[in-house]
Amino acid sequence: MALNSDIVKRWHNSKVLLIGGSAGSFKIIFRLVKSFPHNLNKTVIIVIHRKKNFFSEIEKLFAENSRMLLREISDKEVIEANAIYIAPANYHTLIERDGHFGLDVSDAVWYSKPSIDVTFESAADIFSSDCTAILLSGANQDGAEGLAMLRKSGALTIAQHPDDAEMAEMPKAAIKLNAAEQVLRTTEIFELLQT
Amino acid sequence: MMGTTDKESLTTAQIIELIDLVKKIHGFDFSDYTKASFKRRLDRIMMLKKYNFYDLKHILVNNPDFFQEFLEEITVNVTEMFRDPAFYKALNNQVVPYLSTYQHIKIWCAGCSSGEEVYSLAILLNEEKLGKKSFIYGTDINTEVLKEARKGIYSLRKIKSYAENYLFTGLPGSITDHFTIMYDAAAIHSELKQNTLFSVHNLISDTIFNEFQMISCRNVFIYFETELQERILDLFYKSLCPLGYLCLGNKETIRSDFFRKKFKVINQKENIYQKIGS
Repeated sequence: MALNSDIVKRWHNSKVLLIGGSAGSFKIIFRLVKSFPHNLNKTVIIVIHRKKNFFSEIEKLFAENSRMLLREISDKEVIEANAIYIAPANYHTLIERDGHFGLDVSDAVWYSKPSIDVTFESAADIFSSDCTAILLSGANQDGAEGLAMLRKSGALTIAQHPDDAEMAEMPKAAIKLNAAEQVLRTTEIFELLQT
Repeated sequence: MMGTTDKESLTTAQIIELIDLVKKIHGFDFSDYTKASFKRRLDRIMMLKKYNFYDLKHILVNNPDFFQEFLEEITVNVTEMFRDPAFYKALNNQVVPYLSTYQHIKIWCAGCSSGEEVYSLAILLNEEKLGKKSFIYGTDINTEVLKEARKGIYSLRKIKSYAENYLFTGLPGSITDHFTIMYDAAAIHSELKQNTLFSVHNLISDTIFNEFQMISCRNVFIYFETELQERILDLFYKSLCPLGYLCLGNKETIRSDFFRKKFKVINQKENIYQKIGS
């Protein structure tokens, strides 16, 4: 079991939890959202690849099943300390220094908008060691570079074990880049986040 | 598309220095642009050009031709025809019936980039048989993208990628019906181009130039700090006729209390507003 006390401590000290995922990550993200207590006292920022014009009911479904305040991010939205935020489709989500989100419509990165890399890189700039970041299942390599930058800035970086990911490409890319400080099984991810 | 993890990244102090320099030498003021996005654009230029901070400073000072290229990279020119189809649907249902009561409909599309939104509006108005009495002004700070807008010629591949957007708007036919297609180019029909005018206008430094029944400024505010947004909201308010409509991007809400009293929400989700008061 990889969960030593140092990792648990760093998770506890994190003010922000970043979650990135693509194909095959929806179920686990949904389960995570459901599992968070109302007093998690962290900002959770979720970037899932999603198709534009696909009027998914993700926010509604998540909000109905979350004990925390949950919102889709809009321009200049203030980042609150105990809330879950979902990156909107067809925009990149950035973190601004004065405590709010910024959106951007520039080109897709790795064919993705929102791109996990963009949010993670921006978070590395602003939150640095104050955060824990998890990269889950996905069919491309978006998120790997961003996770590497987060690791360099002192964040606790985690990749889902490729054997547990429905699509292994994304966590594999992160592991190859040496971006993931920890490679955890799905059960270990839940175990850590519930401590 | 991608960089490496050790790419150079600018510090806040360096960014402020560059903003100052551009303001002094080229007269463009980026100081109220959102920092995270602006930094990302600068990092990108440095990566593409293989410049470090000092190279970039040097070339901005000594090579006037470079500034145009700089401007094009800094300002995001990604746009689509019928971006957010639900917006066009809402426009057609909730705004067009009112616009149709005017003798002449003047629309300002602020931050129009290469013209896709201007022509989307032109198509919509034409389908509603209002094309002949409508006039759409497209403005941008970037002269190069305006040249593209005036041409109204896009790659066929690009136009086809908007087919799904078009379908979701509920407009009849398909998007290619509005273009003349030759090989891999698609030119917007001349009757749609007729009542459009593209010109340079800087939202930060330029003022009112006409009165409009509707202003559309979508996905521009996301790049501006709150105070600058409010200055531009004031410009828009003054440029609208009484009960004129303002359309912002679908993630851009009016947050200022002052302006929330001056604009009535017509569609909460699509951020369509109507000027009230005087």
